[in-house]
Amino acid sequence: MSGLTVRGISKRFRGLQAVKDVSFDVPEHGLIGLIGPNGAGKTTTFNLIAGVYAPDEGEVTFGGQRLNGLRPDQVCAAGIARTFQIVRPFGELSVLDNVLVGCLHAEADVSAARRRAGEIVDRLGLGAKRDQVAASLTLPDRKRLEVARALGTKPKLLLLDEVMAGLRPTEVDQMVAFFREINRDLGVTILLIEHVMRAVMALAQYVVVLNHGEKIAEGTPERVVRDPAVLECYLGEEAV
Amino acid sequence: MLKLWLAEVPPRGKLYLALLLAALLAAPLFVDGYLLSVLILVFYFAYLGQAWNIMMGFAGQLSLGHALYFGIGAYTSAALYVHLGVSPWFGMIAGGAFAAAIGAFIGALGFRFKIGGVYFAILTIAFAEFTRILVDHLLFVGGSGGFFLPISGRSSNDLWTLRGAPVMFYYVWLAFTVGVLILCRALLSSRLGYFWLAIREDQEAAQALGIDTFRYKIFAVMLSAALTACGGVLYAFYNNNLFPSAIFSINRSIDMLLGAIIGGVGTLMGPIVGAFILTPLGETMTALVEPLKGLGAKLDGIKQVFYGLCVVLIVVFQRRGVWPWLWRRLGLDRGEGR
Ligand SMILES: Nc1ncnc2c1ncn2[C@@H]1O[C@H](COP(=O)(O)OP(=O)(O)O)[C@@H](O)[C@H]1O
Ligand SMILES: [Mg+2]
Repeated sequence: MSGLTVRGISKRFRGLQAVKDVSFDVPEHGLIGLIGPNGAGKTTTFNLIAGVYAPDEGEVTFGGQRLNGLRPDQVCAAGIARTFQIVRPFGELSVLDNVLVGCLHAEADVSAARRRAGEIVDRLGLGAKRDQVAASLTLPDRKRLEVARALGTKPKLLLLDEVMAGLRPTEVDQMVAFFREINRDLGVTILLIEHVMRAVMALAQYVVVLNHGEKIAEGTPERVVRDPAVLECYLGEEAV
Repeated sequence: MLKLWLAEVPPRGKLYLALLLAALLAAPLFVDGYLLSVLILVFYFAYLGQAWNIMMGFAGQLSLGHALYFGIGAYTSAALYVHLGVSPWFGMIAGGAFAAAIGAFIGALGFRFKIGGVYFAILTIAFAEFTRILVDHLLFVGGSGGFFLPISGRSSNDLWTLRGAPVMFYYVWLAFTVGVLILCRALLSSRLGYFWLAIREDQEAAQALGIDTFRYKIFAVMLSAALTACGGVLYAFYNNNLFPSAIFSINRSIDMLLGAIIGGVGTLMGPIVGAFILTPLGETMTALVEPLKGLGAKLDGIKQVFYGLCVVLIVVFQRRGVWPWLWRRLGLDRGEGR
């Protein structure tokens, strides 16, 4: 099977079971949402896929290749790029150079990579800020930069961790349109963690819900938001 | 290629660079022996600062033990020359390769076991100190008693064996200083250079973008070590005497990074600017305290104290070094100083 398969992965931090026996599939060219309240284990799941941590149990495969035990750069080389929820820009480098670093993964020639970086920067609406140092960007722009940099590596699968947090509704709609476009036109598979339900409902074909490290529901977005177990775990959080 | 790099330098910057280079090329015609030796010292600081800067300023890995690589270059080439009559240029290749190998070993040790930042720096000091003690007992290079290169008549300049007058060394040091500047310029606009900068800025993010951080950090250490060793070779043949206590001393390791820190870590011109600031100040300092020494005052570490003071001033008032500030002052501003 091509695409990403996650089979029974678990991760424990000292006493805390952050992810417990989670399984799901992300079909090739799919657009899948991963949701759940804060501390549910979403980011940890990303880190397990991306090679930041090795799962204590379970297996992750991508396009038939087993990812367990690979380093993050090897996972990237396998065609998976991720963004960081807590953004990690290269602060003293310009916006363009940040994206250039990503592009250099896919393109050895610096000037060709710089051209492509310029196109990506423009597409994400950072064109006017391309020569600014990344440290000077606002948080929403840093989130865009995370996306731009990840796209630079020409990924087959893009892992997006709350990239729309802090965006205004119109900006969310632009981002949604953008992701739909790269999914449809470039065939990039997307797995997205998102708190902004407006985006999840609009984008995701299928949603996986985590709570306390465990998968508690999955299905189409419309079905999942009516699931009593999902509503239950979101109680106390803002209404869905 | 050169044209391409210069394209990024503003016109006025090109003018200043050309004037500086012309002045330095012509200097031996006008200055006396003492000033010539001071200028050689400037090149020494600039060249070694540049080499150190590759590791710290580009790849973000702090080394406080670069005297180790310097000493490896100095001792390897001197031993090859004295015992086997091998030209220092071959000695440079041997010493550079040796230093790169040792650098790779220390780097691998540190990076593999995730010894980062200050702890890695302490590891580099430890290796330099260990080597100093080892060389103290290596009798075929004179041990702690010192190792001396035969001085031939200074009337003839032999570039092949690097035996000759200070003027010859002046031009050799100048060539190396310019050469390493061009090399660093090329590195900074290369794929490798961008990977280094990414690692310096955020290792985890760099790795997520597919950069094998271990490998590229090792590259940085190896290149930095090899270039530093080349500087050690020039030093050995210029000074003609090597003492482990002086060659491998922590003072020398610190000296090497002062120019870069004061000029601006991670910038291309920083080490050069820093060297031009530090050396004359250090010389003035020495000249000032010399009479006091005659009066029996103990002022041995005064230069180091003074350098330390300079670093403190820089850290407090101009954290990114003098060069970014000077860059604006010279009217070269077009964003950040490089
Ligand atoms: N590196 C870590 N060390 C210890 N605990 C962690 C670490 N990373 C995450 N956790 C814990 O694991 C749980 C899940 O966190 P996370 O995956 O970030 O949740 P989410 O992204 O769904 O908000 C949280 O309780 C968090 O505190
Ligand atoms: Mg999270």
